[in-house]
Amino acid sequence: MEFSNTIKNDVMIISLNGELDEKSAAATREYLDDKIKRHLCGKIILDFKKVGFMDSTGIGVLLGRYKKITDNGAELCVTNLNAQIDKVFRISGLYQIIKAV
Amino acid sequence: MKLTNHAKIELPAIVGNEGFARAAVAAFCTPLSPSLEEINDIKTAVSEAVTNVIVHAYPGSSGMVHIEVAVYDDNVITITVTDDGVGLFDVAQAKKPFYTTKSAEEHSGMGFTIMEAFMDELDVRSEQGRGTAVMMRKTIKQHA
Repeated sequence: MEFSNTIKNDVMIISLNGELDEKSAAATREYLDDKIKRHLCGKIILDFKKVGFMDSTGIGVLLGRYKKITDNGAELCVTNLNAQIDKVFRISGLYQIIKAV
Repeated sequence: MKLTNHAKIELPAIVGNEGFARAAVAAFCTPLSPSLEEINDIKTAVSEAVTNVIVHAYPGSSGMVHIEVAVYDDNVITITVTDDGVGLFDVAQAKKPFYTTKSAEEHSGMGFTIMEAFMDELDVRSEQGRGTAVMMRKTIKQHA
């Protein structure tokens, strides 16, 4: 998994590039936690445009970050989910707490 | 139903092999002309089943993941993922949404829920100390 981020007007956009599964979970968790800690933005958007696949390991990673981000009074959103990841979000109910923008 | 094709894959239950497993099973199913959604459903379900083995089956030791894919009548796919690991304490409980024995490691407990939703049938059998077998079935719809 590769990462990049931009910050503008209190919004941090983090772009992920790869597949979010057991193999990439630890690195993804570490990168996101580091960014959340360093930059206290009001809104964090995860851009999945270059993520081809995510399974339930990704749900765990996102729920963990959701908790940290909302505990800081900020908001977590996602964008550009492909059909496979959209289905994982729908089946698991993730959309009920993490909005797609 | 007539068996028209089958394959066996065996690989160590180590992190990273879930990616190979889902890609290999998807490639094997491609000649049946599944839709993109159907192939993604299969990839996701295989990833869940194999990840379960990697994360849970062999605590503190090593072992193998056994994957068998069978095709019947050229359009029914069965995928069986087995291990020789510790087994599940309670299958019914393990299948419940958000149930996990590893919440500290941020595992979501959604694996079986996703396998059930993405495939037509899911059957889980487990014996403590002997291992677990996850059987999944999906019929590929005929595409024009």
